[in-house]
Amino acid sequence: MSNSVIDRAARATPTVVAQKVKGLSDRAIAWIFVAPTIFILLAINIFPLIWTIYLSFTNFRVNRPNNAIEWVGLRNYERILGDADIWMTMQATAHFLIWTIVCQVVIGFALAYLINKKFKGNDLWTTIIVFPMMLSPAVVGNFWTFLYEPQIGLFNYVVGFVTGADPSSFSMIGEVSLAPWSIVIVDTWMWTPFVMLICLAGLRSIPDSIYEAAECDRASKWRQFWTITIPMILPFLMLAVLFRGIENFKMFDLVVQLTGGGPGNTTTLTSIDLKREAFEKWRTGFSSAYAVILFVTVFGLASIYVKALNKVKQR
Amino acid sequence: MSYSVTQPSVRQKWIAGILVIGYALITMLPLLWIVATGFKSSVDSIAYPPKILFEPTVEGYVNVFTAQTRLSAELAAEPRDDLPWYEQLVRNKGNTIVGASRYSERFFNSVIIGFGSTFFAIVLGTAAAYAFSRFKVPLKDDLLFFILSTRMMPPIAVAIPIFLMFRNLGLNDTHAGMILLYTAINLSLAVWLINGFIDEIPIEYEEAALIDGYTRFQAFYKVVLPQAATGIASTAIFCLIFSWNEYALAVLLTSGTAQTAPPFIPTIIGVGGQDWPAVAAGATIFLVPVMVFTILLRKHLLRGITFGAVRK
Repeated sequence: MSNSVIDRAARATPTVVAQKVKGLSDRAIAWIFVAPTIFILLAINIFPLIWTIYLSFTNFRVNRPNNAIEWVGLRNYERILGDADIWMTMQATAHFLIWTIVCQVVIGFALAYLINKKFKGNDLWTTIIVFPMMLSPAVVGNFWTFLYEPQIGLFNYVVGFVTGADPSSFSMIGEVSLAPWSIVIVDTWMWTPFVMLICLAGLRSIPDSIYEAAECDRASKWRQFWTITIPMILPFLMLAVLFRGIENFKMFDLVVQLTGGGPGNTTTLTSIDLKREAFEKWRTGFSSAYAVILFVTVFGLASIYVKALNKVKQR
Repeated sequence: MSYSVTQPSVRQKWIAGILVIGYALITMLPLLWIVATGFKSSVDSIAYPPKILFEPTVEGYVNVFTAQTRLSAELAAEPRDDLPWYEQLVRNKGNTIVGASRYSERFFNSVIIGFGSTFFAIVLGTAAAYAFSRFKVPLKDDLLFFILSTRMMPPIAVAIPIFLMFRNLGLNDTHAGMILLYTAINLSLAVWLINGFIDEIPIEYEEAALIDGYTRFQAFYKVVLPQAATGIASTAIFCLIFSWNEYALAVLLTSGTAQTAPPFIPTIIGVGGQDWPAVAAGATIFLVPVMVFTILLRKHLLRGITFGAVRK
């Protein structure tokens, strides 16, 4: 980024060269190359988004195509913001977000710190740790319901073996108090490696010379950790939190297969609730408003966060 | 070896190694359990306490490919000898095959849709990335941000209008529709990653080629493409893994002909609930390709998951 001036100068050069070359002009080639991508993204992303915004002001229902579409103004939005159940869903989502991010950042950073000690065979073990995040969340979530079975499930058996509790005395996905934690555990198992990889990139980017200088100043290891390692890695940690935050806000497949939103509504995250409104109750207009609110929320939070991130980066 | 303050001591290495290996082993446990369950009989799979040692059988694999649901008791008692070996195997356990499984069909759908969407995303993405990297595209930064921002939308939110749109165009539950949809989603990743790779290739190579009388197109595919090949290949694998694993849109927009494996595997039902050995067998077959790719991708993982936002 610091060499952007050189970069720009380098890029300006071939334009001059190319003018002497026969065939299509550069401008034409640029358009031919970019146009299909822009067209597809407009058709599959932007057009649907605009349609969603339009539908959010109507009472349209997909399963009743013959009813006239009525314009209802902001009524859908009012109903959502006044709906206590939806606020419960938001709470469940916030709980899920906060705890998965805390667990993943703490464990992920610790692992990256340890792997950075470059012990023998660290490459092999890192690859093994990374496996879960590459797998299909739906398939994995489904199989974890088996691991969580009281009595016959591996998870309950291991917990019982370690703590001495009776494996059949608790059901991770069946009990209201445990169900939110069951999804936090699986998400942490799956996505900690992601945070770990980003932290590893951060740790490897810190030049050795800084530590050598600190050593000359007789700074203790503890002091070095807090005044060098943590500030240098902070932008990377924040980036990891951003990616995980956006992904977990959208979380659907893993949780649907694991708990299906239950028991009761304890693990009904916003995406699951939205799916029920849109594809089970078929309240299309209402759910479009719901989708718009979610999108605005994630987009707004992300932009505020990116501003903070840029500030930290510039320090 | 000379003394260095940044080199960890031997003791530190040992502690770090033991802790990391410990975590890796715990991480592996659920995966190993999936593989092991695939080779258990249905009785062993639900034994208490969970069986670590068991007599391996391919019953689960046979079931996932042949049987969709199974009935036991009377029907199985009726002796028959005109059945192929795999059906005999299931019958010998006291189960009868009812209807053919659709797992192989779903698996092939995953292959077709996965490879199809990856192909289009890479072809279009490479072209766009090259243009962004080498030409003065108006509003370049805004366009790139717009492309990235399309990934922030929850899939369910776009699913409603896409559902309506596909229904009007007759694309619901078709391979073409799913390929188009996944191409669009993968494009943003492809453009960002490949843009990063092409940016790293010195522009002088192309200038030399242009001066030698190559046209722009020739310079592009004879000079730039070979150099970006490894980067493009790893991007392709990331796109493939995404389409391979996608569930939310697949479950909402497909029901029969074009359904992929992720929505199908959890629906494999046996007598009284899920047939876990068959589910595990189906999952194992489905997960293995991705695990192989992970091993191949080791070195490119970092770039891929962070959109190149983290510089090495």
